[in-house]
Amino acid sequence: MPAHPSPPVFAGFGLGLRREHYRDFLDTRVPVDFVEVISENFMVAGGQPLDILRRVRERHPVALHGVSMSLGSADGLRRDYLARLRALVDAVDPLYVSDHLSWSRIGRFNSHDLLPLPYTEDALDVVCANVHRAQEALGRAMLIENPSSYLAFADAPLTEWEFLASICERTGCGLLLDLNNVYVSAANHGFGPFAWIDGIPAQRVRQIHLAGHSQGGSLLIDTHDQPVSDGVWSLYAHALTRCGPVATMIERDDAIPPLAGLLAELDVARRLGAASAMREAA
Amino acid sequence: MNLHAMQRDFRRWLTSSEAAPARRLTGGDRRGLAVYQNNYRAQLVGCLEATYPHLRTFIGAAAFHHAAAVHIGRLPPRAWTLDAYGAGFGATLGAIWPANPDLQELAWIEWALASAFVARDAGPLDPARLAAVDWERARLDFAPSLHEALLTTNAADIWTALQDGGPAPAAAMLAAPAGVVVWRRGHVARLRVLDLLDHEALALARAERSFAAPCALLVARLGADAGVARAGALLADWIASELLTRVSATRRP
Repeated sequence: MPAHPSPPVFAGFGLGLRREHYRDFLDTRVPVDFVEVISENFMVAGGQPLDILRRVRERHPVALHGVSMSLGSADGLRRDYLARLRALVDAVDPLYVSDHLSWSRIGRFNSHDLLPLPYTEDALDVVCANVHRAQEALGRAMLIENPSSYLAFADAPLTEWEFLASICERTGCGLLLDLNNVYVSAANHGFGPFAWIDGIPAQRVRQIHLAGHSQGGSLLIDTHDQPVSDGVWSLYAHALTRCGPVATMIERDDAIPPLAGLLAELDVARRLGAASAMREAA
Repeated sequence: MNLHAMQRDFRRWLTSSEAAPARRLTGGDRRGLAVYQNNYRAQLVGCLEATYPHLRTFIGAAAFHHAAAVHIGRLPPRAWTLDAYGAGFGATLGAIWPANPDLQELAWIEWALASAFVARDAGPLDPARLAAVDWERARLDFAPSLHEALLTTNAADIWTALQDGGPAPAAAMLAAPAGVVVWRRGHVARLRVLDLLDHEALALARAERSFAAPCALLVARLGADAGVARAGALLADWIASELLTRVSATRRP
């Protein structure tokens, strides 16, 4: 029985807050409904990052998005990491707290990359135990994001969407749907991205990431340094019909363009959202 | 293969590129594994480049990437935060180029600046509240962001020139060691070179958490009048520059 209430539904449009746009967010009224920050960038003792986050939080709801929890570690989670994240959660009162369906750490080694999991019952038990522990430490239900993947494990019996559905069922967590990651993984592993979206428990989706990717040799690479591709926009239109209006944002991690460019992409998402709502109402 | 065994194999692949774990993970097709290994190394190199921008400029991209590759080989990342990976890069530089202490010292400066930038906050002292302090018995607390060291080379001049956007001077040994401090004032991390005696007094005040200790040192070195005057000037500077952040209220009876 999940111990924490399901994360709330928030139907707004936002951006990932990046250093290049700090001044825009501090000096002007940026037309977004929320911002998302990388949690680890603000899990520091003091200084300018925390001051900026405090000032941005006065203007916008903030989602905390982590990259280092390592929910798939067979070794479990780090207590010091959870304590620092809890302190940030208490300071920010975030809209959502999320991290990835991946692992980074084994023993004392921490790769700082989102490494793939085999979708087995063994891994499912580990991930669910770690999500439970994280949610207990944070005092709230999390969102779990699907990562991009470049490696499939031949003997894994579950699909990614079955694996995610089981985690939601067993832990009460919600989902952060990264549609670019769906697109990249589908191309790399040869499954249908629309079937992937149809397979997840749509009622658990609370947030959507939209991003771009690059072609790297024979594989697509999740670079998050390009505009959202046409294929990802198509997936978004489909996801809206399944998930309804949920918090949607452009996630750019590299080659950060001027803010106006990201806001223009966000307007495309708003238009698709409005069109979907009109169809739903008709 | 269970999850723990798989993750151990993945670690071995990332850190050593050994064929055996790669075979167990994929059965032969290494394209995906190669992406993960590239991401792993690129992430760490990117972290070092972000932490040591002036060092990279000073030694050039090729030498920097060589040093980064050596560092990644000798020191796999362990901390939960990627930002910590820059710790110890100076030691790697020392191992590669033992005859170039300027590189280690330049790395020390950049690491100290990066650490100071996110150190714990501490408000500045209110000088008006210091009038009644018994300085003989007062306990001093310096900024949590404060780092201090002795330099043997002109690394601070190199850093300053590059920070100002100019060409860096050639590396050189100093005629005598100089003190250097890094700390954060407001939101800005700062670097300052100190006279050797001033550095010694600051280091002593910080270690002993007292003003009496550096006073005694300065009087012993300079004589009573000049020593007391120098101590007073240093105290005023520590307060004005926000190096000193707390004086425990030990009032005169």
